[in-house]
Amino acid sequence: MAGQSATGGREGPLPRLSGALLERREAGIFAVAVALVVYFQAANAAFLTQGNLRALAQFAATTAIIAVGLVMVMILGEIDLSVGQAYGFAPIVMYLAYERLLLVLPLAIAVALAATAVVGFANGALRVYFGVPSFVATLGTFFLLGGLNVILTGGFPRPAPEESALKQALGAYPYAGILWATGIMIIMHAVLNHTRWGIHTFATGGNFTGAREAGIRVDRIRIGNFMLCSVLGGFAGIIEAMRIDSIDPLVGGAEIMFYAIAAAVIGGTPLAGGVGTVIGAFIGTLVISILRNGFTLQGVNANEFNIILGVAVLIVMALNIYVGRLRRGRRAPT
Amino acid sequence: MRPDAPEVLRVENISKRFGSVVALRDVSLRLRKGEVLGLIGDNGAGKSTLIKIITGFHRPDSGRIFLEGKEVQLRSVSQAQSLGIQTVYQDLALVNDLSVYHNMFLNKELTRRPLPLLNNRKMKELTRRYLSDIGINIPSLDIEVAMLSGGQRQAIAVARAVYSEAKILLMDEPLAAMGAKEGAMILDLIQRLKEEGEVSIILIAHNYAHVLEVCDRVNVLQHGRIGYDRPAEETSVEELTELMVSEYRRARAGGGEAPPWEGGAG
Repeated sequence: MAGQSATGGREGPLPRLSGALLERREAGIFAVAVALVVYFQAANAAFLTQGNLRALAQFAATTAIIAVGLVMVMILGEIDLSVGQAYGFAPIVMYLAYERLLLVLPLAIAVALAATAVVGFANGALRVYFGVPSFVATLGTFFLLGGLNVILTGGFPRPAPEESALKQALGAYPYAGILWATGIMIIMHAVLNHTRWGIHTFATGGNFTGAREAGIRVDRIRIGNFMLCSVLGGFAGIIEAMRIDSIDPLVGGAEIMFYAIAAAVIGGTPLAGGVGTVIGAFIGTLVISILRNGFTLQGVNANEFNIILGVAVLIVMALNIYVGRLRRGRRAPT
Repeated sequence: MRPDAPEVLRVENISKRFGSVVALRDVSLRLRKGEVLGLIGDNGAGKSTLIKIITGFHRPDSGRIFLEGKEVQLRSVSQAQSLGIQTVYQDLALVNDLSVYHNMFLNKELTRRPLPLLNNRKMKELTRRYLSDIGINIPSLDIEVAMLSGGQRQAIAVARAVYSEAKILLMDEPLAAMGAKEGAMILDLIQRLKEEGEVSIILIAHNYAHVLEVCDRVNVLQHGRIGYDRPAEETSVEELTELMVSEYRRARAGGGEAPPWEGGAG
């Protein structure tokens, strides 16, 4: 029986632990996160202080929201390079709708999110209807939005909307970002694992032809998830704009997108398609944030952080493939 | 099958090309209620293409399809499914990383109310019932289908199609990866469906003995055409084998005759 074969035969803590790691993709990365916290706290007592945790949470929040959206696209075996620009684009559209069109703030935010949905639709449609690989399609929208962001703002940072309860809730309150990120993670975890949309996303990414043969509307799944990814990226951008109280045309771009992809990969979403975890991406973001923050406290510079991050991505990827092989190796008896 | 059984499916003059390759030319067939039709032919004769046209996966270049006498335009697999056409594909259409029961209910997932969350308990329960009905033993329904044997995977694909209230069941080599015992179970299942008489079946298989065991009628697809249509009792394994082999011999001996691989595509 499968349940027995997981632990059967071998006793002792190590096989059992490795068995647990095999069962839950997120367990390994969670252990890494805990170990890092312990290490940095031991190395520097300033790590677990309220001020530092707040800074850590603020950096992690927006990246986590982007990473969660990227997971949906990466499960399909696709990528969205433009999500970091959608992150910059949404607050700019919100600003224009609010300041120039004089819309009320909720409406301006709705317009901004709709605009990012259009971007996501364009990405998905290029992929699905024109057969453009998503790497290329979203590379195009990456540059397009990057230019548009600067032109729409005239190249200068613009003021964020004035104080309101909504602004507080959307990011001005110090813990708003991480609360949103946590909420979004929980909702997207449920969508991915407990709805038909999620199952169809796994199916489309895992076996595209098979999913089509089963009657799944694969085009709708692909376009929908590109839209979801863009909208989440845009929402993260709005949270960031509210927090820093400014609309910066250069806030988005490649860096935050690559951090988010790294977080998703470290968390257990290889770009191979058919596999992915939203919770893992969230914890992956925490790990990257802890690393970055902890190194900053220790005075390690950004270049060394990048080396560590790079090595971490490669190790995790290799481990993922290796563990995947282990799992496949444990076939159920016939 | 009752002698006065009405026609459920009629395919008329279907043609399909892929680029310069002609997969089907002017194929016509009909299927009556409760009938089991065997469809045989060499690799690349166009059997799978024909199945995929009836299931809405491919669209024919020309020709017409009638369901219960009414012409239909099959635009998608989900549309064909809603009309009662279910398929066991040759490639099984299983998703390796999903559990047994999520594969069993792929695109037919059961959900709760009011929130449309998956009803995994119910799906598991029904999956267990379906599989034990067939007689296939699968150790755990929670494991990913990647971990199952070829025969077990095939059984899931067959059960999925059979237990989805199909009116027309298309089975493209449902026994290919099965051992003798599993194969016998599926043949028994087809026999049972035949006795119930509600569902009509097109069965593709390479084992002619299997075909003759369960089928009412046999069609042979060669070079994208159906050139042979007989009741099962009027033919034999020897005759069907001879039919397939002689063509090959003729082609080799004659030289002028079209080689068997000409114009074929799977």
